Amino acid sequence: MSEKSNGKARVITGNEACAEGALAAGMRFFAGYPITPSSEIAEVLSAKLPKYGGVFLQMEDELGSIGAIIGASLTGTKTMTATSGPGFSLMQENLGYAVMTEVPCVIVNVMRGGPSTGLPTLPSQGDVMQARWGTHGDHQIIALAPFSVRETFDLTVRAFNLAEKYRTPVILLMDEIIGHVNEKVYLPSEDEINVFDRIRPTGSLEEYLPYEHTKSRVPAMADFGSGYRYHVTGLAHDETGFPTNKASEINKLMDRLDQKISMNREDIIDFDEYMMEDAEIAILSYGSTARSSRHAVRLARENGINVGLMRLRTIWPFADEEIKKISEKVKLWIVVEMNRGQIAHEVEWAVAGKIPVFKVNRIDGDPINPLQILEKIKELANVQL
Amino acid sequence: MFNYDQYLRITKFPLIWCPGCGDGIVLKSLVRAIDKLGLEKDSVCMVSGIGCASRLTGYVDFNTLHTTHGRAMTFATGVKMAKPDLHVIVITGDGDATAIGGNHYIHAARRNIDLTVILFNNHIYGMTGGQVSPTTPKGMLASTAPYGSMDHTFNISGLAQAAGASFVARASVHNGVQLENYIAKAIQNKGFSLVEAMSPCPTAYGRRNRLGAGVDMIEDLKRDAVPYSKAKKMTPEELEGKVVTGIFINEEHPECRSEYQKIIDRFQKEK
Repeated sequence: MSEKSNGKARVITGNEACAEGALAAGMRFFAGYPITPSSEIAEVLSAKLPKYGGVFLQMEDELGSIGAIIGASLTGTKTMTATSGPGFSLMQENLGYAVMTEVPCVIVNVMRGGPSTGLPTLPSQGDVMQARWGTHGDHQIIALAPFSVRETFDLTVRAFNLAEKYRTPVILLMDEIIGHVNEKVYLPSEDEINVFDRIRPTGSLEEYLPYEHTKSRVPAMADFGSGYRYHVTGLAHDETGFPTNKASEINKLMDRLDQKISMNREDIIDFDEYMMEDAEIAILSYGSTARSSRHAVRLARENGINVGLMRLRTIWPFADEEIKKISEKVKLWIVVEMNRGQIAHEVEWAVAGKIPVFKVNRIDGDPINPLQILEKIKELANVQL
Repeated sequence: MFNYDQYLRITKFPLIWCPGCGDGIVLKSLVRAIDKLGLEKDSVCMVSGIGCASRLTGYVDFNTLHTTHGRAMTFATGVKMAKPDLHVIVITGDGDATAIGGNHYIHAARRNIDLTVILFNNHIYGMTGGQVSPTTPKGMLASTAPYGSMDHTFNISGLAQAAGASFVARASVHNGVQLENYIAKAIQNKGFSLVEAMSPCPTAYGRRNRLGAGVDMIEDLKRDAVPYSKAKKMTPEELEGKVVTGIFINEEHPECRSEYQKIIDRFQKEK
């Protein structure tokens, strides 16, 4: 999708762009609970959804919000909820339920400072690991992180497409800066957007296997009420959907849940490279900190230092193979993020000691300043490794 | 002879419920009520939480959704709001609906959303081994109340009524016909409907409290049952230890999904 489009220029926030992207992707059911800094997403959708024939529901809490969107998705509707750290914590149990039962839905987490009530109005990227491992048990997850208002629109659409394509919950990890920043955007028109709808069964009612071990690893999903009566449970189940304790069946299910993401990692993983062609120092960042990083790259280039930026749009599954490959061309990594180094650890793992990984972090609610990154770049540019 | 099999997933039998458990009687009443109303199987969505009662959804041939502990009401709310032509029936227990899911329970009732809730009240957490529940009577023993339950119990039906439910009834498994009739009325009511089904748990509750086998416990329910019409004339002291059965409320209130439809109808053309 191009940055410019036939549409009118508008000045909107990331939260508004998220709501617009969801509607454009065909989302017609939203359930949520008020929480700063995500509430505007719910506010916009409460006004707009009825106009699209959709439903907005303010639930009693976040446990209920995610329960409602999973239930609604089973009827064949595209669904979403939006929250922030504390609410995201409350959603973890049912997030795992959606993974296990393979129900497509989008969960937006506009990250704020934590732990606990933390910094409700200030940015953070402290939930990237909660997004990965917050729910219990081994599982795969998809999480995307936009760095601009326009990209929030695009990645919201993509979140729905991936959820539908792989029958899985998808997390959109925004941060308070992206949620609240106002930017001029041209939103694409309907015919400029690719929308993917879940594959529905076409075979006989009797032979339908809701959790079939297909070649693609993604079984067709029937809408409740469409005639394919089947059972959905969070218990380990066989291909028919009914609970089982048989080790061979459980292994088959767990492998398929893993493979439907891992086999398709190239399709899911998405990142942007900025001035990486001749880079000796590589910065890795995502979300709003990637903006500061990009600025720092420009400043460093003015100082004659060959720096580039790898900006993740897909956080999970992690771009470890791609990072490994880039590591052969650069002499070090600097991972810039508003936490104590949650993604830096993943980079270290991917690099496996071949080159050093440095960190620029901030967890006090202030955004990372480009000058803070530049200082690190300058310091490392002169060091003999 | 009533043909139960047409509504059941017979290949999934035997049921996990213990001998003497009352839950099978509730299942029979539920299936008969659906049959009496002539509901198409495709039009019924049954949603349950976690616990003995909640395993019911695995045995019935509808669109079935076995969810997480306490959250059945929220999943059901999503199903109903997204596809209002489905008859959405929630299967839950006293722990599932009034402890871990208490907030969802009162809010679903408050919205008067068109859900039919069949709440199996057996005074105990059966599946996990007999821990004390919000409806374990004061003084009774449980695996986590070895010296007797010390708390006041929830009046489950009263709670739904106070929160805004439009149909509330209590029946007991000693009277399956009454249970069936109440469930049928509950499904017919357009709004939040609760049928509290008193059901004995001889394994995890009866044995520890020396209440005898399942049949003995059903006899006790029969002995203790007092029709609502009669109970209204009795004093709280006279009602001590009794189980009041009957329809407590059955009146039309504005229903959540229908009210929302009015908003859609009003604004959809504005897009």
